[in-house]
Amino acid sequence: MGGPSEQPRIGVYICHCGTNIAGVINVEELTKFASSLPNVVIAKNYQFMCSKPGQEMIIEDIKQHKLNRVVVAACSPRMHEPTFRRCIQSAGLNPYLLEMVNIREHCTWVHEHEPDKALEKSKALVAAAVTRANSLEPLEEKELPVVKSALVIGGGIAGLFAALTLANSGIKVYLVESSPTIGGKMAMLDKTFPTLDCSKCILTPIMNEVANHPNIELLTYAEVVDVQGSVGDFEVKVLLKPRYVDPAKCKACGECAKKCPASAPNEFDLGLSKRKAIYLPFPQAVPTIYTIDPNVCLYFTKRDRMGRPICGVCQKICPAQAVDFNMQPKTVEINVGAVIIATGFETFDPRLKKEYKYGVSPRIITSLEFERILCATGPTGGKVLCPPDWKEVPKRVVFIQCVGSRDLTVDVPYCSKVCCMYTAKQAILYKERVPDGEAYVIYIDVRAAGKGFEEFYRRAVEEFNVTYIKSRVGEVVIDPETNKPIVRVEDALTGYMMELEADLVVLAVGLRPSPSTLKIAELFKVSRSPDGFLQELHAKLYPVQTAVDGVFICGCAQGPKDIPDSVAQAKAAASAALEILSQGFVKTIGYVASVDKDLCSGCGICVSVCPYDAIAIKVENGRRVASVEDVKCKGCGSCAAACPSGAMQQKHFKDAQLIPVVKTLAKM
Amino acid sequence: MNPQTKVKIAFYWNASCGGCEEAIVDLGEDLFKVLEVVDIVFWPVALDFKLEDVEKLPDGGIDVAIINGGIRFSEHEKVVKLLRRKSKIVVAYGSCAHLGGIPGLANLWSKATIMDYVYLRAPSVVNESNVLPKEVVQTDVGELELPAFLDVLKPLNRVIDVDYYVPGCPPTPNVTLKAIETLLSGKLPQKGAVLGADVRAVCDTCPLNETKPEKLAIKEFRRPHAFIPDPKKCLLAQGLLCLGPVTRGGCEASCVKANMPCTGCFGPLDNVIDFGARALSFIASIIDQKDEEGIRKALGPVVDLVGQVYKFSLPSGLLKDLIKRKEV
Amino acid sequence: MSKPDFEPKIIVFACNWCSYAAMDLAGTSRTQYPHNVRIVRVMCSSRVTPEMVLTALAEGADAVLITGCHPGDCHYLVGNYKTLARYTLLKKVLDEVGLGDRVRLEWFSAGEGERFAQYVRSFVEEVKKGALSPKSSTPEEGGLR
Repeated sequence: MGGPSEQPRIGVYICHCGTNIAGVINVEELTKFASSLPNVVIAKNYQFMCSKPGQEMIIEDIKQHKLNRVVVAACSPRMHEPTFRRCIQSAGLNPYLLEMVNIREHCTWVHEHEPDKALEKSKALVAAAVTRANSLEPLEEKELPVVKSALVIGGGIAGLFAALTLANSGIKVYLVESSPTIGGKMAMLDKTFPTLDCSKCILTPIMNEVANHPNIELLTYAEVVDVQGSVGDFEVKVLLKPRYVDPAKCKACGECAKKCPASAPNEFDLGLSKRKAIYLPFPQAVPTIYTIDPNVCLYFTKRDRMGRPICGVCQKICPAQAVDFNMQPKTVEINVGAVIIATGFETFDPRLKKEYKYGVSPRIITSLEFERILCATGPTGGKVLCPPDWKEVPKRVVFIQCVGSRDLTVDVPYCSKVCCMYTAKQAILYKERVPDGEAYVIYIDVRAAGKGFEEFYRRAVEEFNVTYIKSRVGEVVIDPETNKPIVRVEDALTGYMMELEADLVVLAVGLRPSPSTLKIAELFKVSRSPDGFLQELHAKLYPVQTAVDGVFICGCAQGPKDIPDSVAQAKAAASAALEILSQGFVKTIGYVASVDKDLCSGCGICVSVCPYDAIAIKVENGRRVASVEDVKCKGCGSCAAACPSGAMQQKHFKDAQLIPVVKTLAKM
Repeated sequence: MNPQTKVKIAFYWNASCGGCEEAIVDLGEDLFKVLEVVDIVFWPVALDFKLEDVEKLPDGGIDVAIINGGIRFSEHEKVVKLLRRKSKIVVAYGSCAHLGGIPGLANLWSKATIMDYVYLRAPSVVNESNVLPKEVVQTDVGELELPAFLDVLKPLNRVIDVDYYVPGCPPTPNVTLKAIETLLSGKLPQKGAVLGADVRAVCDTCPLNETKPEKLAIKEFRRPHAFIPDPKKCLLAQGLLCLGPVTRGGCEASCVKANMPCTGCFGPLDNVIDFGARALSFIASIIDQKDEEGIRKALGPVVDLVGQVYKFSLPSGLLKDLIKRKEV
Repeated sequence: MSKPDFEPKIIVFACNWCSYAAMDLAGTSRTQYPHNVRIVRVMCSSRVTPEMVLTALAEGADAVLITGCHPGDCHYLVGNYKTLARYTLLKKVLDEVGLGDRVRLEWFSAGEGERFAQYVRSFVEEVKKGALSPKSSTPEEGGLR
């Protein structure tokens, strides 16, 4: 009921709204005017149209007078459009066959001093609404089914909690992690601020929970390579890189690594130690399966004169016969309803700040490298010793803050949020282990906003005697005689210049979006904020959603943050994903863009304006034409405005529906 | 064929460059085929019929009058009204008759300014006695009547009722032939239709359309003289102001194939009310700038925006009644 | 040439999310402003086309005001940038034909009810004055070539 070809039979209802409207304009006169308009079958006025009797009047009239369009002149549609849409729907009419006229907020309330003019204006507004009602069409809100599973990309603390929250809610989760183990950066930390919890101790139970969860399928050493589809139905291709070790057979006994002749810098220790070509990233790695690095392994890199590999030791001695050099990369296709991106961060590369001489002296290291030195599983077993020889205990450690943060010279204007706190922690841990050592923190500001943070920082100063000097370090120079770094400091509070000779300089490097974050963003068409991290839909109200429906972000992929905030955001993202997944369906809106393919010349202008990538040019019957994906369309109408031929229109806001309104308002 | 059963056709040119007349001749050999079935009763540029011959015809005695050129002079108005009376079908042929054409850009200036510039101030004019055209001039052989220069240049349909339109500046031979075939076929489309051309825009038949990148994002437009465009890539994507997307097709993108961006001579598509306004909207839509300064910069090289988007259509559409004509 | 009774008609395009809400706020706050504006609701200011603006002027409106969310706040992310571009180009053309003062673009956030009312008051005044003293517009660049 209510097709465009049938003769419109319009009912016009004018609300008094008590005295809000009727107290300014003559509603009887307005009603009489309305009944004189083309195709108006009945025009009435009533005290409160939104009330039960008011609505029932409309419902009765629809049935009795066979109305197929309804105009309600009352308050703002932002107030009661849903009310009257539901009202006419209950009488059997499509909800989009309603037109509301705002004669209260936009007329009687603002022209109280000009009641005659207000009445004139009301007539024009009602006439325009009746004109529009003539052209309204019934519209559909389609329900599309949702696949009840989710993809989480990234196995750090954020990804782990996102996966667990979803899995515990009954959703099947695929967790894809590009490195051989989950755990992320948190696995590399010694202790966490402000509680000085052992990082691995709180992390590994979570990792194991994920590994053992019946609803979570863990795909490690894997990468997302392709995405098709949209919210509720994403088709994702995941590339499983070959470990050359059969996960079903490997018992992680470690015999292979003992005999392996090839070694490489250990990524987990940031190159401060070595690992074998066949390796486990760290003892508590999940899954606990060895991996062969084909760039280092002699089987792959060296052949004899006959072309045969010169080594295969691990395969020979593995008691479980788990080594399989013939493994191939495999691509699997998964089908999910929602995606959560938790691809984390990388640290700022301090070689970009040449003044600090990173790479020139081994005594100048990053905070993450220092963290590995502090860690019991690191290159020194937790003893604070200077690289590269690990013989000397540094007696003076200088921590330089804001390396690659708040620094326009390296194009990073933002604050990385965690560095003040992690430096305070590292200074405390150093002083605990080297009580007679000196720790200096050269800072611009100390940002300690979280729970217990300020207290923690005060502990560093008062309990552990860490010296804080307010200064922007201009330069680190290497003393040619001692080969030790000298930090040049101008104390902003006293004005004194000093040259601090250090045994170890620790650069508090900022957080940058990881390379995989950038790749994944492109694949999913998620835009990036000016700072390079993933752009949330709304800075305040929708921090975990993106402009792409069904794709959520959390953790450091969205912006620098600490562990508690990453966990909170991970759970928020999972909860947002659940809003879609638990319903079982997604709805399209009624007023989507729609293209007349006979008129479309495939010029592609519409594709260029759509903020949601909802339009694509496809070849149909040998011609290039635009095609709208209803589920992605949010109904802005920009494509319709851009279309040079009028082929692209927006339902409910077509040119043929808007232009007559403009004409009526301009003429009357 | 018996001259009585042949279709009677009249041609006339108003303010015309002559290109539309040439376009008829450009039919080449196909012209002979047409001449077999038509009887031309009036064609000032080619045949020696006089106006009196037309006046002597009965009303409706001409089957099809094909009129090109815009209405610029009182004489044009007079003759087309005569032809309307005498013809069953009137066809506005070419951009000028269809939309007003390039001479329509004169409507940006007041009549006084035009007269002043053309006859007195233009750099190449030598007019020491400051003579301006008059409608009645005394000569030694008597009074001479000259047509009046009308205040505004109009397309044909603003002066007489027009049945069909053939678009183009000039219409291409293919389009002309198709239009004539339609007219002679007896199967006439709805009144007001555009004959011989496509229902979709130029992009539909342009060979470069498929080379467009997924999204067009122009930081700054370029003029055709400023660089040599790659003939294998969409000209709009290269930053040229190609009006292909908004222009009716049918010309087989001949300008684009010659490496020149489309200027819109075939006019708007059926649902478009104002060609220039539509063009502005799509051009703006692909500008990759976020503030007013950047947007103006993107258009910087385009010195005459009105001339570009309303080149053929200023006297039709919406803008025509709103123009405040300039005095210089 | 004075027209003391001249009451201009101004068509206002408002986006559902910010500017229409601002106009509602002016209403709920009972801020009084002249009756001369008639508001057309669209979902996003980027739905507004130059054709709609010209139609309004050709059919009898004396001025047109396009409104939307502030840049960066568009509910549809980038719609208002397209509106800005379309308006800028249209304005260039309108300036050349002497109508530049009749079409405006202004951003209103949902909280700017008072500012909208103020804007309407001054716009109506300016249009009234403009009608009394017809401007002769100058071409933007170079004049006759």
